[in-house]
Amino acid sequence: MEKAIKKSSLSISENGLEKKSSAKRLEVLKTYKIYIGGQFPRTESGRYYIPTNAAGKKLANVCLSSRKDFRDAVVAARAAFGGWSGRAAFNRSQILYRMAEMLEGRKSQFIDELVQQDSPKAKAEKEVNLSIDRLIYYAGWCDKFQQLFSAVNPVASSHFNFSVPEPTGVVSVIAPQADGLLGLVSVIAPVIAGGNTCIILASETKPLCAVTFAEVLNSSDLPGGVVNILTGKPSELASWFVDHMDVNATIYCENNSEIKKMIREKSAMNLKRITFYDKVNWYTFEGQSPYFIMDTQEIKTTWHPVENIAGAGGGY
Amino acid sequence: MPVTKDRINLPDFNLSPRIDQVGVEERASRFTKRSIKKESKMNGLKLVLNMIDLTTLEGKDTDGKVKQLCYKAMHPHDAVTDIPTVAAICVYPSMVRVAKKALVDSGIKVASVATAFPSGQAPRDIKIRDTRYAVNEGADEVDMVISRGKFHAGEYNFVFDEIAAIKEACGTARLKVILETGELGTFDKVRRASDIAMLAGADFIKTSTGKIQPAATMPVTLVMLEAIRDFYYKTGKMIGMKPAGGISKSKLALHYLVMVKEVLGEDWLNNEWFRFGASSLANDVLMQIVKEKTGLYQSANYFSVD
Repeated sequence: MEKAIKKSSLSISENGLEKKSSAKRLEVLKTYKIYIGGQFPRTESGRYYIPTNAAGKKLANVCLSSRKDFRDAVVAARAAFGGWSGRAAFNRSQILYRMAEMLEGRKSQFIDELVQQDSPKAKAEKEVNLSIDRLIYYAGWCDKFQQLFSAVNPVASSHFNFSVPEPTGVVSVIAPQADGLLGLVSVIAPVIAGGNTCIILASETKPLCAVTFAEVLNSSDLPGGVVNILTGKPSELASWFVDHMDVNATIYCENNSEIKKMIREKSAMNLKRITFYDKVNWYTFEGQSPYFIMDTQEIKTTWHPVENIAGAGGGY
Repeated sequence: MPVTKDRINLPDFNLSPRIDQVGVEERASRFTKRSIKKESKMNGLKLVLNMIDLTTLEGKDTDGKVKQLCYKAMHPHDAVTDIPTVAAICVYPSMVRVAKKALVDSGIKVASVATAFPSGQAPRDIKIRDTRYAVNEGADEVDMVISRGKFHAGEYNFVFDEIAAIKEACGTARLKVILETGELGTFDKVRRASDIAMLAGADFIKTSTGKIQPAATMPVTLVMLEAIRDFYYKTGKMIGMKPAGGISKSKLALHYLVMVKEVLGEDWLNNEWFRFGASSLANDVLMQIVKEKTGLYQSANYFSVD
């Protein structure tokens, strides 16, 4: 032991700088933790799993989240909903834009992680660029989709009658398995752009980018609890994502017919909105649209009494 | 103060045991490590619900609000059949009659705060009239506050006499003495105030009004439970305990039950001797009960507010 210390200290000159690169530095590896309520806890269960790449190389020790982590995340998401949905749409837009800025700044880290997870370099770079652009895209829509999907309705009585989209509440999402970053971003962005809060189960096989993306969120002025990211197995957690009574909508991005059936059945319990994105190609234009925002909105119609317009020969 | 004949038997409250703060906090944290699952959890939850003093103590309270709360006390959640009612409704003296009428013969008690709650800053004769008024209106239990100012000034006999006088004014109503531990400052003083209250005739000792932070915590409750235990060994008389304020989650409430069981034993594990002063705890307990029954995590949307 003493010898080893001496040996390594040899390569350090008197002014503390390294002379030779011969001494191998022990790399400091990141602990991949989950993201709940703006904090990075380990899973309550204490479990972990080790995803590997195609060559069989171990990628990291990743939290194997339990239903209790999900429960805690729902509490955080519910607590954050009032504040997030109550913000000015323009402010939500600024925060989404900020997320894109932060992601841009850490581009190389994401490319590196995607390459570790078997992406060719060029494809990885494309995926990260697209993810940034997608955030910008939805940042733009934050304060514009309402006008597009609202309506003033012609009614026979003397009422001013209008319909506007409102966020549905807490959304649980099981993210696409294939595209660890782009899939995740493409699903999160429209959900929060519309004022919802969410809990996302990251890709089981490619979870690295999801955890690093949580760090981006954490430095983007996004209030804690608006996005909560868990890692683990969809096979174990899917049913909890659907049957929690305090979850208002569920998005499922894979094509497992068993799980789809289960989601359809269990969501009936409290009439959750359910959406399946199993056929979307996130790399093309079909992967971005204001209609994705509308999937987690509900239309609220207001009848506001007015003077008798019809009697006065008004146009309504 | 000159020592007069009738004071000669009072102990010197300065000699109440000193409390080891670090030890108490460590001990209290141990109670949170027990695993309570399945059937015992269900029984625990029902017991917690049955121990709640459902409370509304606000300046904006109306007859309607109190009636609504009484209905909630009698019908916590009708979608589930085999659940108990709460122990009592806790209101201001002016609302006692309303609550009493609304609860009819449900067996749920009406507790009234009195003695210039929450500050206690009023002359003794006003406090006594306040108490008599509550009792005459039909209160089964009276929650009084001690004079913390006098206590801090070291006038322990004044505090003692006041509690004794209120106890007398209560008649058959049970007296809960609120120490307002958040204003006492140290565990030593909590212990001393507990000793004074019990000796002066309290039926219950209670941590807080709910108007001051910190309210009930596990360590401060532990100090009071130990005072009750020592008093019981010395006199053979059981005293009840009521932590109030700040207990809003079922899990925490179950930790308190563990603490009561391990410090005082089973005899105290019923609403005759242990109460929770709370308003939002009831709904959390109900949500946990439904979760245990259905296996589904619940949403506050499906439970009545009060």
